[in-house]
Amino acid sequence: MAEVLVYVDHVDGAVRKPTLELLTLARRIGEPVAVALGSGAEATAATLAEHGAVKVLTADAPEFTDYLVVPKVDALQAAYDAVSPAAVLVPSSAEGKEIAARIAVRIESGIITDAIDLEAGDEGPVATQSVFAAAFTTKSRISKGTPVITVKPNSAPVEAAPAAGAVEALSVSFSAQATGTKVTARTPRESTGRPELTEAAIVVSGGRGVNGAENFAIIEALADSLGAAVGASRAAVDAGWYPHSNQVGQTGKSVSPQLYIASGISGAIQHRAGMQTSKTIVAINKDAEAPIFDLVDYGVVGDLFEVVPQLTDEVKTRKG
Amino acid sequence: MSLRIVVCVKYVPDATGDRHFAEDLTVDRDDVDGLLSELDEYAVEQALQIKEAADDDAEITVLTVGPEDAKDALRKALSMGADKAVHVEDDDLHGTDVMGTSLVLAKAVEETGYDLVIAGMASTDGTMGVLPAILAERLGVPQVTLLSEVSVADGVVKGRRDGDTASEQLEASLPAVVSVTDQSGEARYPSFKGIMAAKKKPVKSLDLDDLDIDAETVGLEGAWTKVDSAAERPARTAGTIVKDEGEGGKQLAEFLAGQKFI
Repeated sequence: MAEVLVYVDHVDGAVRKPTLELLTLARRIGEPVAVALGSGAEATAATLAEHGAVKVLTADAPEFTDYLVVPKVDALQAAYDAVSPAAVLVPSSAEGKEIAARIAVRIESGIITDAIDLEAGDEGPVATQSVFAAAFTTKSRISKGTPVITVKPNSAPVEAAPAAGAVEALSVSFSAQATGTKVTARTPRESTGRPELTEAAIVVSGGRGVNGAENFAIIEALADSLGAAVGASRAAVDAGWYPHSNQVGQTGKSVSPQLYIASGISGAIQHRAGMQTSKTIVAINKDAEAPIFDLVDYGVVGDLFEVVPQLTDEVKTRKG
Repeated sequence: MSLRIVVCVKYVPDATGDRHFAEDLTVDRDDVDGLLSELDEYAVEQALQIKEAADDDAEITVLTVGPEDAKDALRKALSMGADKAVHVEDDDLHGTDVMGTSLVLAKAVEETGYDLVIAGMASTDGTMGVLPAILAERLGVPQVTLLSEVSVADGVVKGRRDGDTASEQLEASLPAVVSVTDQSGEARYPSFKGIMAAKKKPVKSLDLDDLDIDAETVGLEGAWTKVDSAAERPARTAGTIVKDEGEGGKQLAEFLAGQKFI
């Protein structure tokens, strides 16, 4: 059976959920061979094996943290040369997409980004994408070279599928470009204790109607009652009320949770592009004409300062 | 010697229009008005600020690959203050994907001469966000991408990249490829003077022959990916809308409980 390379996104050995989803998709095409780089790479093996990785290729070197993107491309290329896979799958993070794009150039292959589903096909893997602010769904494949595909979070279930997961050290020789862009300082993002926005099952977002940074506390309170991530519209981010890292929309994160709750968000195309594929959509807005109501499964026309706290209390009561 | 900046821009269908696909499954560019991709305005803005910081000792060339109408995008960038433009236009380019476009841009950037290439974070139509990284790979120069802050001094480009898990300070020697996000600073509006001046600024046209590119490596036939189908997303079925009469939060909770979210 053909092997499929899966690039592992992990934090010091803790594998992030989108990588486990990738393993589910990889198993539809062939046998997953994982590539884990950097500090803690070997510690990823147990989890990856549990979810179907037949092999885990690992490498660690200071270059992976001291320089941007290219050292990881060099390592992925070493893995590609060692395995000759049928496809290369990478999580659709900002960095993941750049790594995938550069490896595609090197191995002279086409690239598909931000797939939301993947199936085996007669002429290679078929990727589903959601385009034009989620107004269209396309099915595409790579017509030249070994398919390189990046996949968005929440595109497949995480499935247990025990496999060998044998760890093998990957020998990497860095290219001349590897040390081109130096990372001179790194400030880790402070953890909020909430789920990762793109991975969360429930997202609660606030927009212009929240009307001030201090008022985001009521959005956060609802999110915490549901165990949800917090998002914000571009209007709220541009006003400086909430960090850009939480922005949902065309120029922020694109999310596809089971439940999306929009509070005080009108639903401009810029925002819809980032949340339209959510399974269930709920909105609270003062303006009955707001375009967000065209998308909702359930909408409340009303003052979010009344409705949201009442909802939060009710959720807490019901959860006991 | 003055700093040579090339800004790569894209002419895209207006995102607020009713965008759809043409019969050959390429992006329809006829039925929706086109414009300079909003995210590329940030790239033009940063180029102008870098030039200002260098006491105007820089020359900004704005570059696009696209059909005849793509000149509108170049004109907008010129009216914002770019110095000259290069338009790569060729009928054989119809349907080119990111691999082909990046090949054409790389050749055109080299032909133009550059110290710094600046691009937006993504186009508003294809939204891949990978072109700057591919361009850096093809040109063999450092990639300094997704910056929310950028500066250039003494042949070195520095910037801040705000990632998912950390914010990073980056540094690379020129020549380099940079991309900037919508957090890099509001783009200026063209002034009346700028609009008038833009009409006199040079726009150079190049075709595939000028760049020594084989037509078979680009276009729909030469594309590295193939779209098999494109279907309009079914409209969401109309949901329940209630007006809050004091119990809106509780009603919503009831709905969420019914859907097993609580």
